[in-house]
Amino acid sequence: MLDTSEGYTTADGRKIGGVVMEMKNITLRFGGVKAITDISFDIREGEIRAIIGPNGAGKSSMLNVMSGFYVPQEGEVWFHGKPRPPLKPYEVARQGIARTFQNIALFEGMSVLDNVMTGRLTQMKTGLLAQSIWKGRAEKEETENREIAEKVIDFLEIQAIRKTPVSRLPYGLKKRVELARALAAEPKLLLLDEPMAGMNVEEKEDMSRFILDVNDEFGTTIALIEHDMGVVMDLSDRVVVMDYGKKIGDGTPDEVRNNQEVIDAYLGVEHD
Amino acid sequence: MFYREAGDFHTTYTSDSQTFPIKFDRYRYYVILVIAFLVVPFIINDYWANAILLPFLIYAIAAIGLNILTGYCGQVSLGTGGFMAVGAYACYKLMTAFPDVSMFIHVILAGAITAVVGVLFGLPSLRIKGFYLAVATLAAQFFLLWLFNKVPWFYNYSASGQINAPEREVFGILITGASAPAWATYLFCLIFCFASAIVARNLTRGTVGRKWMAIRDMDIAAEIIGVNPLRAKLSAFAVSSFFVGISGALFFSIYLGAVEVGEAFSIQKSFLVLFMVIVGGLGSIFGSFAGAAFLVLLPVALKVLGVDMLGWPTDIVAHFQLVIVGALIIFFLIVEPHGLAQLWRLAKEKLRLWPFPH
Ligand SMILES: Nc1ncnc2c1ncn2[C@@H]1O[C@H](COP(=O)(O)OP(=O)(O)OP(=O)(O)O)[C@@H](O)[C@H]1O
Ligand SMILES: [Mg+2]
Repeated sequence: MLDTSEGYTTADGRKIGGVVMEMKNITLRFGGVKAITDISFDIREGEIRAIIGPNGAGKSSMLNVMSGFYVPQEGEVWFHGKPRPPLKPYEVARQGIARTFQNIALFEGMSVLDNVMTGRLTQMKTGLLAQSIWKGRAEKEETENREIAEKVIDFLEIQAIRKTPVSRLPYGLKKRVELARALAAEPKLLLLDEPMAGMNVEEKEDMSRFILDVNDEFGTTIALIEHDMGVVMDLSDRVVVMDYGKKIGDGTPDEVRNNQEVIDAYLGVEHD
Repeated sequence: MFYREAGDFHTTYTSDSQTFPIKFDRYRYYVILVIAFLVVPFIINDYWANAILLPFLIYAIAAIGLNILTGYCGQVSLGTGGFMAVGAYACYKLMTAFPDVSMFIHVILAGAITAVVGVLFGLPSLRIKGFYLAVATLAAQFFLLWLFNKVPWFYNYSASGQINAPEREVFGILITGASAPAWATYLFCLIFCFASAIVARNLTRGTVGRKWMAIRDMDIAAEIIGVNPLRAKLSAFAVSSFFVGISGALFFSIYLGAVEVGEAFSIQKSFLVLFMVIVGGLGSIFGSFAGAAFLVLLPVALKVLGVDMLGWPTDIVAHFQLVIVGALIIFFLIVEPHGLAQLWRLAKEKLRLWPFPH
């Protein structure tokens, strides 16, 4: 198995650094339902980490634990070398973690640009009074943050729709706008819950390219959930495999692909 | 053809995020301002001031306030009448306690006091939503009216239980009381209306406006991207009530002069302002003006048309008005929740492409 204790170099020659986030013996229950049972793994700086598993395996729940939205009954989340105390939901974004949702969670009544700008909200500090005057501090802050938002918009190639209300966009573009909103926050760690679900082949290729580019250009650490095995094998450096809330595999795509337990539980089903 | 944005390029983000990015709109806005500030005061008379212009300006401020809360932040309120009453009584107490302080200060302070009261009554919004919040604000409406009726301190122990605006001057010109000239009362209200619109526009185009809209569109996602729902909702209640309070203060001191709280600020007032917001357009400052203009002009127009020209009985015309408003509310709620403002936008979009729509 790949030794990751000191960081490692990926197959395509990228240097992966120290541990950014470490999940230690996480158990999460919803009433009587055990969504996650005693799972541990780490995420290292600069890597693309995939979480795969059949429906209901607990992947989304895991992502919610990672972001701090769910507090596990047992276990600890270590972030930047320290155990992280429980957070209020609105504090999640302030720790440098941004995410997208399995079912798109955009602000439908707002334009694409405004949606992307909401990704900057935690960075914008001007008070109500200065905002009501606008000229001066509020305008300056707006322009500075707009520049960052526009960079993301250019990067994801959605310039043409920046003034369009989100409710008028097709599904694939909405997914992209949601990624833009997450990126606008300039996160250290980006969590993507099935970024390619429901897309056609072409849209999937675009999205894969964007994810690789984000990782490459900004050095963003990414954890993503994905069903499409082809995509996972292409994109990710290391993969966690979950089934019925338990971890049944962890390693490089090749290792995972050849792991018998994984084949039985997950891949086997698909390749019957 | 008549309306175009071709050749109108923005080279900075600042110019792109201004209020009227299209030149044509900007010029029309300047023309309206010039007319409102420099022409109307010279041609205004008592009828125009009292029947149309003062109620329009004052209701527009209230509609802007309610639109911030309901249209931008998604929190329904049926307490507008009660909050206008807070503004009115705050203004009355300030006017009588500090006769030498400027009316500008009194009206702004009345808005600030209403903001505080609004925040208090906004606290339940952290726990309850939609229909239940509407009921809670309805309770605020009845409680506030009851309070102003029952506690004599609020009406300075006057025998009638009414409040009467004493005569006050601004820059040596009388603006309250029966003998105040129409142009002065108009200008005083216009200044507040103009300032309210600018402030509301500035707030809604920036950070706090996005927080409000995020809460409105999807509160859980808003929280996850870092919006503190408590602060966002309470700031909407504060800003909204501030404007509604200013509007109540003007309604009492400048427009009516004497107020019996159960009459002037009843639940009907809450609904009237809510209808203005719905007809004008939820989530639009321009819509607040359009809605206020429509509902102020409708009875006047119906009276001129029905009673004066066609000779119908007054009560038939009054009922007719209710039917029209009811039908329009249903139409806008079902077909066009963004109201007149959206119809106007669509018309502009068509005009922009006219005469070659493809
Ligand atoms: N908020 C919740 N309350 C109760 N049970 C929940 C909740 N969220 C998830 N669960 C349960 O936890 C288990 C794991 O759900 P989760 O959404 O994490 O799975 P998943 O791997 O993301 O599945 P999918 O591939 O369908 O998205 C499921 O049995 C689900 O019913
Ligand atoms: Mg899921």
